Amino acid sequence: MAKKLTLDASGIYYRQFNEQIRAAVADGVTEFVLKNVNSQRYIAGGLDGDISFEIHGVPGQDMGSFMRGPKLRVKNNAQDGVGNTMDDGLIVIEGLAGDVVGYAMRGGKIFIKGDVGYRVGIHMKAYMEKLPVIVIGGKAGDFLGEYMAGGILLLLGMYSDKPTEPITGRSLGTGMHGGVIYVRGEVPREQIGPGLTAQPVDDADKAVIENLVKEYAAELKLDAKEILRSGFVKIKPFSHRPYGNLYVPA
Amino acid sequence: MKAPDRYYDFQKDISGCGVFGVISKKRNLIPGDMPIRSMACMHDRGNGLGGGFAAYGIYPDLADKYAFHLMCDTEAALESAEQVLKHYFTVHESHPIPTRKVVTIKNPPIVTRYFLTIKKDRPAEVRDLGEQDYVVNAVMHINHRIAGAFVFSSGKNMGAFKGVGFPEDIADFFRLDEYKAYIWTGHNRFPTNTPGWWGGAHPFTLLDWSIVHNGEISSYGINRRYLCEHDYLCTLMTDTEVVAYELDLLIRKHGLTKELACKVFAPPFWDEIARMPKQEKDVYTALRMVYGSAMLNGPFAILVADNTGLFGLNDRIKLRPLVVAEKDDMVFMSSEESAIREVQPELDRVWMPKAGEPVIVHLEA
Repeated sequence: MAKKLTLDASGIYYRQFNEQIRAAVADGVTEFVLKNVNSQRYIAGGLDGDISFEIHGVPGQDMGSFMRGPKLRVKNNAQDGVGNTMDDGLIVIEGLAGDVVGYAMRGGKIFIKGDVGYRVGIHMKAYMEKLPVIVIGGKAGDFLGEYMAGGILLLLGMYSDKPTEPITGRSLGTGMHGGVIYVRGEVPREQIGPGLTAQPVDDADKAVIENLVKEYAAELKLDAKEILRSGFVKIKPFSHRPYGNLYVPA
Repeated sequence: MKAPDRYYDFQKDISGCGVFGVISKKRNLIPGDMPIRSMACMHDRGNGLGGGFAAYGIYPDLADKYAFHLMCDTEAALESAEQVLKHYFTVHESHPIPTRKVVTIKNPPIVTRYFLTIKKDRPAEVRDLGEQDYVVNAVMHINHRIAGAFVFSSGKNMGAFKGVGFPEDIADFFRLDEYKAYIWTGHNRFPTNTPGWWGGAHPFTLLDWSIVHNGEISSYGINRRYLCEHDYLCTLMTDTEVVAYELDLLIRKHGLTKELACKVFAPPFWDEIARMPKQEKDVYTALRMVYGSAMLNGPFAILVADNTGLFGLNDRIKLRPLVVAEKDDMVFMSSEESAIREVQPELDRVWMPKAGEPVIVHLEA
């Protein structure tokens, strides 16, 4: 049976707050509700196992960094560095998120309803059964998926408060050498990083997108059919080592 | 030279500066408590080597006088600076800036403020300068030539308060909880390249301009030389100083709008200019040609205030965070959303502005 605990973060410094969480985890708590969170950094950082967190308020930097397994749901916006180098688990953000979401992410999933900042999903990587995934409901800033080495980025551009901006910023996927970026609708040519092109999706891609969208829509109470009504394009690396010849020509 | 024992075993301070700004477009006075609490919420973005605030609308009864804030190492330096002030200005009022003793604020300089007007009988060597150039000249004179004395605020109905310490401690020292203003900016410093000293804390100011900055102006050298050609002398050993003087040069002296000045600081990329319609292309090409030496290279999120409003700007590839939020007639700008929610839990809109696109807020007339 799940052991539940509600913690009130008001006025508590992040170190003490995270100590309380860790002590409770050691004590067998598996379901947390965190109230009045505001600015506390590193929530669920480095935690291991099947633990869930419902977070009310705006968590501080690097939420869920290095974690392996926990499920986090943020009822508001999140700041920078969400899921930094996370290894496994699920992060659902019902608002928007800041810069460098999922930096060097190695596994697990991050679902964001709204817009995200710059450098999201940079240096994501995949290995054997590890396949990190980020789904963004809104629009993204520059350098989405820069240096990407593996995993899946899915950008919907639907739940944004920036109607006039392009779906993604400049330098999409620059230097990527693994993984795939799916974008709903079209990507303006000039926003895509050097050497890359937006290509049509095939049946295998469509199956991946459909499964992800269904899971994403269920977590965020959105209409999967509406999301899937439009077409998608994909951006994949043009070679395994795009800069392999940069310094030492083969 | 030898690395310290157990050099590998330390608790790393992960940090970056923090900035916060708030404006009431209707000029409702906001108590100092608000920016202080916001900055305290971002305590960990600094390391205690610099904190400061700028406040607008704090001297309504002396709003027609230039309010000079001076920091001096010694009584002798203060005396020399005062001589210079009397050389250029009529002194209407002067007194020590009210302070409290704060345990964490060590060896503060002597801080004094003066309310000044231009002398009727101006010294011959600066007789022909316009009024504001005259004031700028006096600021440069003290900062450059009077050892141990610095003017850290020189505008009307506004003031900067800064020093070495965490911002909440600097606020305590300067008793900022006793002030009310319609624009506040705050800064929490984590110095990386330059010394953490009193003059080097943010904000940097000149006339009504004030700026707080998170990041690094890598083009400091070229900007500094460019400013030198226009009689602005950098003396405060922090890169951000150049932005304060460039604002004065571009906007006040050259008549650029705030929008265009921002496009000098963070210009569109050449490939973006190439795709613009002809008229826009000509404007941005001209800006890059004329003001290449004023461009700010490097990572920055800056908040700039003057007596007409507040604006925020990121470098063009957004290497520093900036969040903007609105609530009724108030606009907030901050490194972190939580610092805004700390003082205003309910917000009408929250967003992260695009790199290089300024968010400019004007006070209502």
